[in-house]
Amino acid sequence: MSTGKRPLSPHLQVYRPQITSVLSILHRFTGIVLAVGTLHLVYWIVAAAQGPESFAAAQAFTASWLGRFLLFGWTVALFYHLANGIRHLLWDAGLGFELRQVTLGGIGVLVATGVLTLLAWMAGYGFIGSGS
Amino acid sequence: MSLRSPLGRVRGLGSAKEGTAHWWAQRVTAIALVPLALWFVASILSLIGADYATTTAWIGMPVPAVLLILLLTATFYHAQLGLQVVLEDYVHNEGLKLAAILLVKFACLVLGLAAVFGVLKIAFQG
Ligand code: HEM
Repeated sequence: MSTGKRPLSPHLQVYRPQITSVLSILHRFTGIVLAVGTLHLVYWIVAAAQGPESFAAAQAFTASWLGRFLLFGWTVALFYHLANGIRHLLWDAGLGFELRQVTLGGIGVLVATGVLTLLAWMAGYGFIGSGS
Repeated sequence: MSLRSPLGRVRGLGSAKEGTAHWWAQRVTAIALVPLALWFVASILSLIGADYATTTAWIGMPVPAVLLILLLTATFYHAQLGLQVVLEDYVHNEGLKLAAILLVKFACLVLGLAAVFGVLKIAFQG
């Protein structure tokens, strides 16, 4: 059977963005961002394994303006992907398919991402908890 | 009505010839990553400002070392499965698709092994 040039669904050019479609593509996007972010993690561990000089260089990079910017990106991506991933797992278990639940869950994921990111960075800058 | 042939149904492998193994491994690693990722973020926060000796002493302790290795294994296994699906969706040239998937798998293996080796080196020789 030839499927020729049939349009795929959803046809993105004419598809109005909705919370469901936007959060769905964000899961994929944050997954890719996190995969890139593993480079930072591996660099940090390998530098620590190599010795004090390499470790100091890695710490300096992470503490730099660029390093902090990247770190902020990894935390947002991680918290979003984690919260939305739990939603995925609930769907896989057959739960939460009503339109209202999907919308509320999506809003919940966005709120959780914001709150967890804020908490982590407040702890990081010593406003709460034991960070310094 | 099922469109599958009786043989196809018995084998249960579907068009990708691997059944649900890929899908299932993606879920198992996802479930493992929920506590591991939260533990990791909390640990990193508690290590802010720590010097080389303190950081490596922490990495080398039995519980953090084992949890780090679990985190790294689950992360790279999960990432490699996930990126494979993304490439399957967007790369339409068969040769290029295969090359890209292999590249991702090798890269994940190398990065994962390098980091696990780093943790073990710190744990066993400081
Ligand atoms: C922290 C806990 C995590 C959870 C709960 C989680 C959960 C999930 C789930 C359920 C999926 C499947 C989504 C689907 O069927 O469309 C998925 C896909 C994916 N994950 Fe994760 N994940 C986590 C961490 C990570 C990390 C650390 C990385 C990267 C290193 C990552 C990279 C990916 C990628 C690339 C995909 C494929 C996205 C797609 O097919 O659209 N995930 N994740």
